[in-house]
Amino acid sequence: MGRPDEIKAVPVRRPGRWIAAAIVLLLAAAAISSIVSAKGFQWHVVGQYLFDSRILHGALTTIYLTFLCMVIGIVLGVLAAVMRLSPNPIVSGASWLYIWFFRGTPLLVQVLFWYNIAALFPTISLGIPFGPSFVHEPANSLVTPLVAALLSLGLNEGAYMSEIVRAGIISVDEGQTDAAQSLGMTRLQIMRLIVLPQAMRVIIPPTGNETISMLKNTSLLYVASYTELLYSAAQIYDVNYQVIPLLIVASIWYLVMTSVLYVGQYFIERRFGRGFSRAEQVSIRARWIGFGHREGAGGPA
Amino acid sequence: MVKAEGVHKRFGRLEVLKGVDLEVRRGEVMVMLGPSGSGKSTFLRCINHLEKINAGRLSVDGELVGYRESGGKLHELHEREVARKRAQIGFLFQHFNLFPHMTALENVALAPIRVAGIGRDEAGRRARDLLARVGLADKLETYPVALSGGQQQRVAIARALAMQPKLMLFDEPTSALDPELVGEVLDVMRQLARDGMTMIVVTHEMGFAREVADQVVFMDEGFVVESGSPGQVLAHPRHERTQAFLSKVL
Repeated sequence: MGRPDEIKAVPVRRPGRWIAAAIVLLLAAAAISSIVSAKGFQWHVVGQYLFDSRILHGALTTIYLTFLCMVIGIVLGVLAAVMRLSPNPIVSGASWLYIWFFRGTPLLVQVLFWYNIAALFPTISLGIPFGPSFVHEPANSLVTPLVAALLSLGLNEGAYMSEIVRAGIISVDEGQTDAAQSLGMTRLQIMRLIVLPQAMRVIIPPTGNETISMLKNTSLLYVASYTELLYSAAQIYDVNYQVIPLLIVASIWYLVMTSVLYVGQYFIERRFGRGFSRAEQVSIRARWIGFGHREGAGGPA
Repeated sequence: MVKAEGVHKRFGRLEVLKGVDLEVRRGEVMVMLGPSGSGKSTFLRCINHLEKINAGRLSVDGELVGYRESGGKLHELHEREVARKRAQIGFLFQHFNLFPHMTALENVALAPIRVAGIGRDEAGRRARDLLARVGLADKLETYPVALSGGQQQRVAIARALAMQPKLMLFDEPTSALDPELVGEVLDVMRQLARDGMTMIVVTHEMGFAREVADQVVFMDEGFVVESGSPGQVLAHPRHERTQAFLSKVL
């Protein structure tokens, strides 16, 4: 007896899918045509300013602010998360207080506070508490607009990141710590070599979201007249009154930058997913091609 | 090698060990039997100081576990000293606890490099030898997720051996395995016993106990009920509780 023939069946008809697709396409076409034809959008002005040197400079500022603030946020976040899990109640309490304060007040208020820090502390001293100080400077020369920007966005981000990192650390099975301990590793080694690398898998996706939020939150520095992307656009429309076209220019650049972050996130997630999926990694292309019948493809275990 | 005198362990109000006395000599294999919840696993974890005992004395190789005695007082050991002592004791877990983000080779070579301070090349060579010894020479670059349970447990044994332990503790090493994979792990353990390793094995594998153990201990509700040679305990148990347990598992 030979192998039976492959099944060749007529697929089920799904008229609902076609109708739904047609409705969506129709609505999309209507939306696009209204956007393109509306006079208020002033597309020729958009084109004129899209690659304006001031706009490009603003976009560049937004990128490095996002990068620096995320670095500060992640470092503070890991530190605060590890402190939060410390058996020492003073250490974990300090971390709790930090998170409570920076998550509990609006970011915009924090930005304004840091810019007006000179009103609160006219001079700033750095040194041993209640002991000698090494630096004694007027606040305005120490907390420059850049420092204030980094402090406000970075400190706020650290509070959010610490909760993300803590969730990642808790998600790692306790047996991992047992095994590492039984091999003679110290607490610091276990955290660095065993727990954090595994926690990464849980930490990365929300960190991607945080980075995208951060990119947009840099626009809050507008209130402090910091020349990031939005303020650069505003400086132009303050002169020529083309408010809407310049906001569109800024929006286009924000979209371009967040799209780049999406792609970066995909590759980082793949890197830290090592050892967790039996299946070969599915490429972006395969995912798009397989879009229609995902039920059959099956996700990672 | 291991000596326990009146060892007590509480978790909150729950008393898990209520005075355990036993002794394992160098080169001996002790098999611990008993129903779940009888305190066998907790006792193993105490030996490795993964848990702190509340009362009694517990020593490995003549040194107290977790404490230093001087002037009639016990002093807690520093974390670093505890870690150094743990490194001399191999521990095998029911669920293997391999590091999933590392290959088999990296799992085995990690502690020699990071804890024992052996160079990468030397550690890699040793890890390869050990994996070959447990029959996994062809799985060096494989991540744990792609290994069967039996293979994972054998990598775990190689990982523990890489630190050249003087004592190995096995906490139900085959309980999470499919029946047909139990044999390959027991074979490796038999070989270890033949090579003279001191071992304490918590298991339900009666065949292994009968064949390999020098001493069998039956525990129930935090006490050692009965101990002796496999011939005595398994074939002629004196206590009613032991008889009842054996009649169910044999």
